[in-house]
Amino acid sequence: MSAPAEVFAALGDETRLALVDRLAREGPASITRLSAGATVSRQAITKHLQVLAQAGLVRDRRQGRERIWQLEARGLQEARRFLEHVSRGWDRALERLRRLVE
Amino acid sequence: MSTDRIEKEIVLKAPRTRVWRALTEGGEFGAWFGVKLEPGPFRPGAHLRGPITSQGYEHVTMEMTVERVEPERLFSYRWHPYAVDPEVDYSSEPTTLVEFTLEEVAEGTRLRVVESGFDAIPAERKIRALEMNTRGWEMQMANIERHVGAG
Repeated sequence: MSAPAEVFAALGDETRLALVDRLAREGPASITRLSAGATVSRQAITKHLQVLAQAGLVRDRRQGRERIWQLEARGLQEARRFLEHVSRGWDRALERLRRLVE
Repeated sequence: MSTDRIEKEIVLKAPRTRVWRALTEGGEFGAWFGVKLEPGPFRPGAHLRGPITSQGYEHVTMEMTVERVEPERLFSYRWHPYAVDPEVDYSSEPTTLVEFTLEEVAEGTRLRVVESGFDAIPAERKIRALEMNTRGWEMQMANIERHVGAG
């Protein structure tokens, strides 16, 4: 987890705040989409996303030839969903163990 | 709630020896876990592998490395959980640790399972594993549709 100071610094910029807000409302997006209709350049958007990533607020992943950016908070949601999925798998396996030994 | 570990506890109406065998004999382990392991003893350092037999995951090979074997008390291994994407080489990714501990109780055997180390697994891998699982279900539904459509 990033230090709170780094997070506040990352969010203390209008463009970065707008990016976080947009990702929250619209979900994962490419730089192309995030740059569309923006008043700052694509390069500037990229730099801002890197600052946000450094602060642990967003993350990117490759999808084909593009990089898709998403909120890290969503990453935490997915982490919990994944854990629940694995947990249910264990419940089923342990019931099979029970049927085998009892 | 911790995102790093899963803890399970059950009381089995069976003697400790029976439960231990089900955990550490390859054929028995495979029967309830859902994997057809290549023959080999469960010894510290042993690498065991085999195809998953659970429906929908038949293309997945399970690979585990045995860590500790303390007869009738503790058995642990490391593996990559839900390494379900056949195009990915998981060998450079962190493993989780699965620990089984056994305790004799009045009703039989208390078995505790703890799987830990999830925080170190890249979020991207978790997302992908969930997507593949969803896709697995979609493929199953498509199979069912085709089956009833042909009838």
